[in-house]
Order: sequence, then structure tokens, then C-alpha cells
Amino acid sequence: MKIGVPREIYAGEKRVATTPEVAAQLMKLGFDVAVESNAGAAASYADAVYEEAGCAVVATADEIWSDSDIILKVRGPEEEEAAKLKSGQTLISFLWPSQNPELLKQLTDRGVTAMAMDSVPRISRAQKVDALSSMANIAGYRAVVEAAQHFGRFFTGQITAAGKVPPAKVLVIGAGVAGLAAIGAAKSMGAIVRSFDTRPEVKEQIESMDAEFLMLDFEDEDGSGEGGYAKVMSDEFIKAEMALFAEQAKDVDIIITTALIPGKPAPRLITAEMVQSMKDGSVIVDLAAEQGGNCELTEPEQVVTHNGVTIIGYTDMPSRLAAQSSQLYATNLRHLLTDLTPEKDGQINVDMEDEVFRGATVCINGETTWPPPAPKLSAAPPKKAPEPVAVAPVEKKERSFIGPAVGMIIAGLALLGLGAVAPASFMAHFTVFVLACFVGYMVIWNVTAALHTPLMSVTNAISSIIIIGALTQISSGNEVIKWIAIGTVLIASVNIFGGFAVTRRMLEMFRK
Amino acid sequence: MFEVNEGIIQVSYIIATILFILALGGLSNQETARRGNWYGIVGMAIALIATILGDVTQNFEYLIVALLIGGTVGVIAARRVQMTQMPELVAILHSLVGMAAVAVGFANFMDPDRLTHYVGIELTIHDVETYLGILIGAVTFSGSVIAFGKLSGRIGGKPLTLPARHWLNLALLIGVCWFGYQFVGDSAAGGGMEALIIMTVISLLFGIHMVMAIGGADMPVVVSMLNSYSGWAASATGFMLGNDLLIVTGALVGSSGAILSYIMCRAMNRKFLAVIAGGFGTGGGTVAAGGEDQGEVVSIDPESTADLLTSAKEVMIIPGYGMAVAQAQHIVHEITQTLREKGVNVRFGIHPVAGRMPGHMNVLLAEAKVPYDIVFEMDEINDDFPKVDVSIIIGANDIVNPSALTDPDGPIGGMPVLECWKGTTSIVLKRSMATGYAGVQNPLFFLDNTRMLFGDAKDTLDEVFKSL
Repeated sequence: MKIGVPREIYAGEKRVATTPEVAAQLMKLGFDVAVESNAGAAASYADAVYEEAGCAVVATADEIWSDSDIILKVRGPEEEEAAKLKSGQTLISFLWPSQNPELLKQLTDRGVTAMAMDSVPRISRAQKVDALSSMANIAGYRAVVEAAQHFGRFFTGQITAAGKVPPAKVLVIGAGVAGLAAIGAAKSMGAIVRSFDTRPEVKEQIESMDAEFLMLDFEDEDGSGEGGYAKVMSDEFIKAEMALFAEQAKDVDIIITTALIPGKPAPRLITAEMVQSMKDGSVIVDLAAEQGGNCELTEPEQVVTHNGVTIIGYTDMPSRLAAQSSQLYATNLRHLLTDLTPEKDGQINVDMEDEVFRGATVCINGETTWPPPAPKLSAAPPKKAPEPVAVAPVEKKERSFIGPAVGMIIAGLALLGLGAVAPASFMAHFTVFVLACFVGYMVIWNVTAALHTPLMSVTNAISSIIIIGALTQISSGNEVIKWIAIGTVLIASVNIFGGFAVTRRMLEMFRK
Repeated sequence: MFEVNEGIIQVSYIIATILFILALGGLSNQETARRGNWYGIVGMAIALIATILGDVTQNFEYLIVALLIGGTVGVIAARRVQMTQMPELVAILHSLVGMAAVAVGFANFMDPDRLTHYVGIELTIHDVETYLGILIGAVTFSGSVIAFGKLSGRIGGKPLTLPARHWLNLALLIGVCWFGYQFVGDSAAGGGMEALIIMTVISLLFGIHMVMAIGGADMPVVVSMLNSYSGWAASATGFMLGNDLLIVTGALVGSSGAILSYIMCRAMNRKFLAVIAGGFGTGGGTVAAGGEDQGEVVSIDPESTADLLTSAKEVMIIPGYGMAVAQAQHIVHEITQTLREKGVNVRFGIHPVAGRMPGHMNVLLAEAKVPYDIVFEMDEINDDFPKVDVSIIIGANDIVNPSALTDPDGPIGGMPVLECWKGTTSIVLKRSMATGYAGVQNPLFFLDNTRMLFGDAKDTLDEVFKSL
């Protein structure tokens, strides 16, 4: 089958649906790939490079639309583009069917198979196809870059000969893919990053990025909705949340908002008063500008200034990083096409039983198949009843005093009995013995675990002090005793020299 | 010759005792450890010289020859031994102390002065001391020989569990007591040699039986326990000879070994008696017993491992006995060095019972020149795992088993473990899916953030190193 990639005609759109590298991989799946001339120019992929990769570069869009079996795009088709589609063709792009019902109807009427990259279900298996995440990641990164562009100071704190520079404080609202990417980018530039999200399960993710999670004292409410997205919160919650933002606005230099609720206008989180309270030179980047904005004063696609606070409402962040986003998007498309052509013979098979394909396909054979049956999966495990503290608690047993007490009494009586019969010379030795045991106990207790082996070999060498016994016997007139003693000296000296030598050898190896 | 009187000998012994205590104290810290060893050497030298000058009146030539031969053998053995064989060497050295205690005991018993020197209750006590010294020495000797055999693989690691072994032990114990009674009675009449020999044989059997019943994983406890016994043997000999230096030194060694055993047992959350009773650790590991399906493991290849490592900021390496078996410590060090040069913070987390003797892993890493200040104990590092990007588990199993925490009734329930699963990714190097010594399946392998790298640890790490 033939894949065609037209140039994006939407004003300002710089991305392209395939890159030379990905095109080459598509050809391995058995497809022919044709690219409209200059399709990748804005994303720094020249026609020559496509030709080198084996693509056919055609002069006009019409040839692409008429000759291709599969059309890959980034944005959904414009009306005049959609008019060129014909039955049997397959279109894969972002479509946003809920916002564009006319387009959906037009596509259905023309009898094409249309797959919306924005409707791919959010399940683990489909992560490699999840273009929304790819784009959100880029948007988050770009948001920080845009903020840095408009922010008049360093992100990182420095102490220089010319004075001290405090680090910038960044607040990221909404820790989805974009929010986390923004946290990572801001953090790596050296800023102090805080983040807030209504879904408590992302706390760990935020903290794993080394940012601070702002907690709301709200126990019962969990903002996790279907498919890992957020849902609308209760009034009290929103009130508490707003108070938190108002307080933070006075403190932070940069606010990046990414709060979106699927199918709803973006929640209003930053009011005009909060903007008013921010320091001069502060920056707000509103990634929800397209859905109306999280900030009251955001103007979509514009950069505006209120009271010295810059508010960035760009809606085309991924397009502003065109080479990167084209590469990731093209790879998402390739993954989808790989799954669609299990035989690698260049023939796609849209299996409507498959959850991923079913979710993505919005119309097929003149029939509208959108919306798909809802998948029921969230990133967070279903809420459990508050678990009994998971780790087995170290049982603080009420230790019975009877056992040790009985033992001590018996030991005491035994010692008394021994003292009653034993001669004084023995008791003197015995005293020394007991004291030495305690000294050993005190000394050894502090040994670091790393040195246990050398400790054992040195105690082993020391215990061959038993050689003293043999030395007192070696001068005996009795031949048998003499030879036994000589043998004992021999083996004990193996131990003395070997033990100390091996300890030395080990200790030599320990170094900083 | 310079006349050495009793007083000078006593003072020398006191100095030697103090030096021994300082030696043990010095070993408590990396900075002072080498000095500690020198204290021990000097103490031993002082004790030897004082005794030789004071007590030895003839047969100097034999003494010197014996010392020279023994010293040469000892130094050569110490030079030649591989660090991975350290547990074997320590075990065999323990057996020498045991043997020496037995020999000194017998020689002492054969001394005809004994009957004139001691009378009445003193003779009884002396005989009991002799008897005990030989008893402990014999158990130490045969037990250490078996431990040596097990550690060096000459004897299988599987615990030998004879039927009714506890009753057998009890019978041996009663036999020892009865012959002891016989011995004390006969000895006053000038006899007792038969009873002494029979008891020695029983003690040897007891030592063999005791260590045979203990599995491979409990070897750290056994080695330190034998260390303790060798001290008690020296101490008992000291009582027999009325020599305070022997008593004190033996007691120091004995209590230090006992404490080490206790630390080991605590690290495994097991009772000392349960370990000694034996029968716990199994041999070469068994394939997971059927039962519930744990899910799938995800394997990884060396190249991707290298990618993960280079892109990580915090790497934790958790070595186990498998690293010693594969002799992989050197390549581990090279990987560590390369990663540290790239700015990756590589650290080591050591579980107290990793390996076959206390501190085994530390010695191996030191041998490979891993600096000791990046090697940490479990307690120091366990809280850091949430910040760790990649944990590499090399030939370890039970010490990273989450079921120790989640399943308090399991075989390793309650044992503190390295909580590597709290990190971002764990990579487990293993030869197969066989279970560890405790014979329990490890849920860690089936976690989403765990990757299995199958193969011999050294070969796979070599490949990882090449891809770095």
C-alpha cells in the first residue's frame, strides 16, 4: 500500500507526519512512502533527505491525496483537504472528533477509514502510540523555554563576584505528562520547583522529579477520573485550592498551568487578583490556552502583559519544537502502523476487536464509530480501604520478665554453688574470665559490619595464643608430651602467622 | 641468659592482654584497623617471647624449627588465598586452634606431675577443665573441618538432616557427661585415658553432625560461631593451665565470635538456636515450587542495561554470593569507575548476611579496589532507595525479597531486606529462575520495574562494560 504525507497547510504549523528515518522503517514494513515537496522543510527535514531515505517526493498535494492508500497527517484535514478524500482511503491524524463534529460527518460521508491519534485509549499497551503524551511532553518542556525567554533573570541560584542571585521559583499546576516534563526542565535549569495536582497518586511522581508536592489538607477527595485524567472537584476543594494558589502567586516567579479536564473547558485557577499580586517580571505560561486557559487573563495564541506579568497563551508549543515533535509523532504513527500490519506485507488490517484500533477509529466504511465504548482503566490502582500498616510491624512483645529472671536466678545459684566448693585460685581465674567476656562484648559491639571478616581472622590469630600452653609443655622430659607440644606449636604458629598475614592483606585492600 | 622471673612474665601478659583488647577495638573502624592488626601482632610477639624465655628450658631447637615451618606455611597460605576463598581459610584456621586445644589437653593430662600438683577438689576442677578444653577443642576441630568442606564445595551445601537428629545430639551430650563423670573418677586413681579418648571421639562426631545439619545460607553464623568456640577452647585450656593470658584472650575471642553470630542471626531475623539446630538452608537452590502464578518476568540485554546505567543519576549495586561465585567483583569495580567518571553516583548496599561469612562482600569489593566510602550497610542506605534510579542485584536473592516484609509468616518473614523495589528500576543478574537458599520465590522478579539479566554474572557484566 502507498502512504502519502502531505504538507501541513494550517497557518503556522511546522510539524510533519513522518521523518526520513521513520519513512525508511515504514518501507521495511512493505509500504511505499510519498512525501509532498517541502512537507518537512519547516521542521528541518529537506526533500533531499527524504529522497535519500527512499521516499518519492511529489510536487503537489493533489497527487498525494489522489494516489495514496494511507494518508498521514498531524493536524486534522481542512475542509478542502477532506473533500479530496475518497472511499477506501485511510487517514491517520489528530482529529478531535468531539470538537469537530462537522469534520467527522464529512469523513464518514466520504467513506474513509479515519483514525484519530487523540482517541487512542490510554492503556499500557498503547503507550507507544500515545501521541498526546509525546506532544504534551514537548509542550511542557517548551513552556519552560518560553518562560525563560520572557523571564528577565536566571533560573538557577548563583553566588558570583558581582553578588548573589536567588534561584527562580516555579509553580507547575497539573502534573500530567506536560506538567512533569515542565518540572524536569525547570529543575534541570536550577529552579526551585513546586507542583500541585488534584490527583494524590501523582505525588510520588512529582517527588521523584525532585520537586515539592503542595498538599491540600483534604482527605476524602480523589481527583482521579477515568483514563488517568483529572475530574471536576467539589466546591470546598476548589476553594482550598484557590487559597493555596493565591498564597503561592505572591511567592513564585513563574507559573506553568497544565490543568485540563477531558471534554470540559479548562478550569479557571489563576484569577486576575492573583496575577495582580505577582511580582513584576513574573511569567505565566498557560498550556490550557486552547481550552480557554487556566488563567483568567490568558489570550490564546498571544503573549500579553498585565501589571508587569507576562502571560503566554501559545497553543502551538509542539509546533515550536517542530523537529523534535515531528520525530516523536512520526514514531507514534509508525508504532500504530506496525501493529496494523502484523504480516509486514504493506497491507493494513484495522481489527475492530482490538481495543487500541477500536478506540482510535472514528469512522469506517461510511459508519461513524465514535465515541468508542469507554475503557475502564486508571493509572492508579482502585482505592482500597485504608490498609493496615503494610509492613509487618516490629512486634513489641510484652517481654515476660519471668524467663530471664528464672535464668538469672539459676545462673546466680550455680555461681554460688561453684564459689562454695571451688578453691580461691580457681575463683581468681574465674573472675578474670567473666570480666574478659564483658570487655570482649563491649569492644566488639562497635565493629562496623564491613570489617567483620578481618575481625574474624584477627581474633582467629589471637586465639592461637593457645600456643602458650604448648610452650609450657615443650620442655617436658616425657618424650610423648614433648612431641605433642612440638606438633601443637607447629599448627598454632601456622595460625598465628597465617591469621595476622591474611588480616594485613585484607586491611591493605580497604581504601578510600 | 637474661633471667625472666614470674613477675616479668605476668607484666608481659598484662601488656599482651591490653594489646589484644586494643587490637579488637582498632578493628571497629576502617581508619584504625591496620593499627589494630599491628597491636595484635605485637601483643602476640610479647606473649611468645615472655613465655619462651620464662618457661622453656630445653628443646629450643625443636621449638624454633616448628615455629619456622608453621610460620612459613601460614604466610604462604595467607598470600596465596583468593579473596573469594576467605571463608574456607578462616574455617580451616579455626580447626587448627581446635586441634591445638585437644593436643594441649592430652599432653597436660599425660603429665605425671598432675597428680602431685593437685589434690582433692582442685584435682577434680583441674580434670573438669582438661575435659572441657578437649571437648570444645574437638568440636571446634571437626566442625571447622566440615565447614571448610562445605564452604569449598568439597561437601555439598545441603543440610544433612538425620532422622531424630535432636535426640541423637541429646544422646551424644548425655554420653559426654557420663564419660566425664567416669573420667574424673578414674583420673584420681591414675587412669581415665580411655574415657578421655572416647569422649574425644564423641565430640568429634558431635562437631561433624552439628555442622553437617546446617545449610549453606547459614554459613556466616556457623563460621562466626566456630570462631567463638575456638576462643572458648583457648579459655578452657587457660583454666587448665592456670594461665590468665589464655583465659582472657580466649574469653575475648569467644565473646566476639558469639556477638558476631548474634548479629548475623538478628540480620536474618532468626533465633540462634534455630540456626544451630540446622536443617534450614538448602543446597543449590530449587526451582520455584508450583503454586500461584507470579506473573511474567521481563528480561533485558546487556546493551540496554548499559544505556540505563549511563542515563541514571543514582545507581545502587547490591552484591550477593553469586558475585563471589562468578568472581565478578573486578568487573563490577570497572563498571563503577566508568560510571563515576561519567558523574553517576554509584554506591553499594551490603546486606549483613550477604555471602558466606560476615563481611564477605566488603572484603571482595575491597580486593577489587572499590573505595570503602561508597560501600554502605543496609541500615545506612535502605531509606535512600526511592531516590535510586537503577539498582543492580548481582547474584543475590533472599536479601532483596519483598515477601520478607509482606509475608510475616513466610520462611524469611520479618528478615530485614534491602528495599530495592522502591527505586525506579531494578536489574537482577541471575543464572536462572531458581530460588535462593531460603527456597522461597521472590516477587521482586515479577514487578513491573524489575528487569532480569540472565547469565553468568561475570560474562554479562563484561558485556555491559563493553557497551558503556
